[in-house]
Amino acid sequence: MAVVTTPTTLEHAVPAMDNAEVLRIRNDFPALSQTVNGQPLIYLDSGATSQNPLSVIEAEQEFYEQRNAAVHRGAHHLAVEATDAFEDARQTVADFIGANYEETVWTSNATEGLNLISYALSNAALWASQGRGDRRLKDLAVGPGDDIVVTEMEHHANLIPWQELAFRTGATLRYIPIDNSGSLDLEQAEAIIGERTRLLAFTHASNVLGIINPVQNLVAMARKQGALVVLDACQSAPHLALDVKTLDVDFAVFSGHKMLAPTGIGVLYGKQELLDALPPFLTGGSMITTVTMERAEYLPAPQRFEAGTQRISQAVALATAVNYLSETGLDRLHRWESELGQRMVAGLERIEGIRVLGPGAGVERIGLAAFDVAGVHAHDVGQFLDARGIAVRVGHHCAQPLHRRLGLTATTRASAYLYNTTDDIDQFLDAVSGVRSYFRV
Amino acid sequence: MSLDQLYQQIILDHSKTRHGSGLSATAAPEGASTGQSHQLNPVCGDEVTLRVAVDHGKVAQISWDGEGCSISMASASVLSEMAEGMSVDELHETIAAFREVLRSRGKVHADPEILGDAAAFEGVARYAARVKCAMISWVAAEDALKQAS
Repeated sequence: MAVVTTPTTLEHAVPAMDNAEVLRIRNDFPALSQTVNGQPLIYLDSGATSQNPLSVIEAEQEFYEQRNAAVHRGAHHLAVEATDAFEDARQTVADFIGANYEETVWTSNATEGLNLISYALSNAALWASQGRGDRRLKDLAVGPGDDIVVTEMEHHANLIPWQELAFRTGATLRYIPIDNSGSLDLEQAEAIIGERTRLLAFTHASNVLGIINPVQNLVAMARKQGALVVLDACQSAPHLALDVKTLDVDFAVFSGHKMLAPTGIGVLYGKQELLDALPPFLTGGSMITTVTMERAEYLPAPQRFEAGTQRISQAVALATAVNYLSETGLDRLHRWESELGQRMVAGLERIEGIRVLGPGAGVERIGLAAFDVAGVHAHDVGQFLDARGIAVRVGHHCAQPLHRRLGLTATTRASAYLYNTTDDIDQFLDAVSGVRSYFRV
Repeated sequence: MSLDQLYQQIILDHSKTRHGSGLSATAAPEGASTGQSHQLNPVCGDEVTLRVAVDHGKVAQISWDGEGCSISMASASVLSEMAEGMSVDELHETIAAFREVLRSRGKVHADPEILGDAAAFEGVARYAARVKCAMISWVAAEDALKQAS
């Protein structure tokens, strides 16, 4: 009898990514072969939006050429094909994050996902007060005397919806501060997350600091108080292997356009019992069971939260993007991008007048670095780099409170992805080293 | 267009010298009517607070405080240097001419006869994201003039 053994240490079985592989990957991305200002494009703005491989672009085109129809209605061939493609895409993305099919809701982007949770929770308060819906709603309802807790490093998308939820419900918004290195102050977190806390929302990986937050610790603090946990996975889902069940969060959101997919598609994960109990956010077609002139009954999740005609081709393209990432291997690209992040920070620290936000070289970070150039405004830094074909992000990166905490208004951010080589980082560093002398600082 | 065409010598110089900078340090001339305007570009955080003092139909003084990129700071500096001594009408015309060039996406050339040193900002018009940087102090001046008259 043959005995089949599987390697126990996959890390050794799978070779790490290298520049040669990255250059092969880059060939799949039409946008990356162009020149900008006479220079080959070096794209270091994937933290804002990523480029698309040809397979993703073709998936969307193929959908429109062969299967375009409204889903979940119509008995004709194209409608069946479109529905199959749309729902298969949902299963692919659910598998990608370790979620169940019913727990995977399409949104336009992470911002919409966070607003959806915020409004579903204030609707829960309204429904519960009128005895409508699931009896668990009164436990989910947020109101006066309750705390909503966020962190000082949040993107505006994971801050403002909670400010507004607090405003609508009379709850209090509190935040966990960061220390001077940019890490969350966990002692303070322990004190802030208390028995009044109903919801804790935080980012998995910071879009400015590059820090990966200790999800396990924070979830444990929330669980102790019976609070819900919302995870902003925008900067993690595209870059590292993510399993929502292992992380044990109640909700997680991310955007397709940061992970090789088109704009206009995002994902909300929510635990099934929560999604099925919560009132909807947007209402209309496709999410109902019975409608009378007076009222309506709603489908369970995911359709409960998908009112109106959906982003069908974008969902199909996101599934193609997810397959592309899975083929490369999330662990492999995470390791590669971490190396690039370290290379950025180590190099930036060697340049006079540069202050890197967040942890220094040697401390774990994702493949991005935001920095200040003494005496030169970020807009000028970005323009200088653009003249060399290097695309970076400048500004407050939708994190004004974090910048204010760090005493800055605008910074420059370089963010890498699986299609960036070490040479890209070196050219970026070489360009940054010329910024201050150009602007006579 | 090269970087040097955008960041002309005159812009880099003015971004450092900042003519008219220091709102609190300069008192408005006595007898002049003043107007003040605060402008903010939320995209990049550029900020300018600018005061215009008008005396007998002429711009007696422009002073400002600001924070921002080299283009926004140089633009405020050039403006305050040029505007002093102009009639209010002249300054309005100059602002209108500057705006026309900046919003033209490079199609309208700056006339140095009208715009003087401000003609150096012509290259900014090709960078849509930077037009507001160059315009911010001029918008503030226009608003301040309204209040002064």
